Amino acid sequence: MSTQQLPEHPDFLWRNPEPKSSYDAVIVGGGGHGLATAYFLAKNHGMTNIAVLEKGWLAGGNMARNTTIIRSNYLWDESAAIYEHALKLWEILPEELEYDFLFSQRGVMNLAHTLGDVRESIRRVGANKLNGVDAEWLEPDQVKELCPILNISDNIRYPVMGATYQPRAGIAKHDHVAWAFARKCDELGVDIIQNCEVTGFLKDGNRVVGVKTNRGTINTEKVGLCAAGHSSVLAEMAGFRLPIQSHPLQALVSELHEPVHPTVVMSNHVHVYVSQAHKGELVMGAGVDSYNGYGQRGSFHVIEHQMAAAVELFPIFARAHVLRTWGGIVDTTLDASPIVGTTPVENMFVNCGWGTGGFKGTPAAGLTFAHTIATGAPHKLNRPFALERFETGALIDEHGAAAVAH
Amino acid sequence: MLLISCPNCGSRDETEFHYGGQAHVPYPENPNELNDREWAEYLFYRDNTKGTFAERWLHSTGCRQWFNMLRDTVTYDIHAVYPMGTPRPATAVPAAAEVGTASVAADSTTIGNAAPSTSATSIISSSTAPEGATK
Repeated sequence: MSTQQLPEHPDFLWRNPEPKSSYDAVIVGGGGHGLATAYFLAKNHGMTNIAVLEKGWLAGGNMARNTTIIRSNYLWDESAAIYEHALKLWEILPEELEYDFLFSQRGVMNLAHTLGDVRESIRRVGANKLNGVDAEWLEPDQVKELCPILNISDNIRYPVMGATYQPRAGIAKHDHVAWAFARKCDELGVDIIQNCEVTGFLKDGNRVVGVKTNRGTINTEKVGLCAAGHSSVLAEMAGFRLPIQSHPLQALVSELHEPVHPTVVMSNHVHVYVSQAHKGELVMGAGVDSYNGYGQRGSFHVIEHQMAAAVELFPIFARAHVLRTWGGIVDTTLDASPIVGTTPVENMFVNCGWGTGGFKGTPAAGLTFAHTIATGAPHKLNRPFALERFETGALIDEHGAAAVAH
Repeated sequence: MLLISCPNCGSRDETEFHYGGQAHVPYPENPNELNDREWAEYLFYRDNTKGTFAERWLHSTGCRQWFNMLRDTVTYDIHAVYPMGTPRPATAVPAAAEVGTASVAADSTTIGNAAPSTSATSIISSSTAPEGATK
């Protein structure tokens, strides 16, 4: 193992065009999901007269703030299907997008610390296998073999009683993923418009016909919302509500270290998730702050709690230093599953509610949301994730496998 | 870390409290008459305000009493603390007096003046609040 040099950037990434007066479709939000949606609209559905509007800079929201973990070991059939499809796309996208974003399939371990954890984990491994998701159950000595720096002794508050392991899971360079999608979008003719904040929508009756922005009004036949933590704000402008609560979610990195951590370790119970980035930083995520917030920062006690968990599990981290902490705004739903589909407003579509785990879903969100926007009907993978499930009661309760308490 | 002024105990660290989400969401008056859409609204839909938000907090490791609070969800400034069952105070919110770093405890106290006898509580007329509606 050694730290890895990042690949050179391509000479040219994307244009910065002025917004046109009209498009066939407008995607609001230039993060990973918005860019992936635009890419699949152009590639799979031939819709190239489209724009991605970003209020800040490209991929500067949650796409720049996540801990880059990619896995598909979710419990329920609906989730396993969409996240596993995403994982399969991750496996082919570097070649398809002609951009090496360092997708490293180093495996993800989800630790079990209680008898309840053990039972839930073994059940999830079984469910995963039935759904074609690679998964195995590891006993503590196998955990230690795969990740020698983990403390598996029984003299800690919550000893490691085993783990689920998904070998095909891993991490990727999040910024490079965004740039890879953005470059291909641009190549296909998509306009990526930064510093363009949506301030309202134009409607003809109940049909959306345009977008008001700080750079003028843009007419469009279809609007796709990919605004994560700000989805509720946009929905309110459009005249409908979403069952979303926005919370701060914090993460941090240490200074650079020699490679010590060969995989990704997540613990629901003591609540930390850790990997080591290609350059050598230890990257760790916390739980959400309990209160609603749009401030892109959270409370420090959450970081303290997460550090306590990390140091107990990885005693050598006691000598590391926190280099930076930051927060993103995550759009949580009550069943910890996303919402991808139609809205009460005609020709307006929404992709939101990915909460604390949207990065891993990026390719599948893009693929299914593009399908929904282009055809007006859901792809089979996102059909269960419709807004209507909160009325029908067909919730997809993924609190167990979503890994971050919310 | 927020510094929250419990109406009974005074200023305490956020870690002593439990968050209760949006305030003023009454239980349906006639539950048997609600359709699925209305039940969905009551169970799953809450305001997700960017700006001043009325929310419930429980002082779980102190007096164990619930209370309501007006807090800005962008700056995290606390604007008022008021009892359960009373209406939301008029949002004549004091401009953030200190610099805008509201999650710094010192700032929160100076703005969130929320002992029982604050301006927020004094302007409340409790006669209009349906008894127990927000509990």
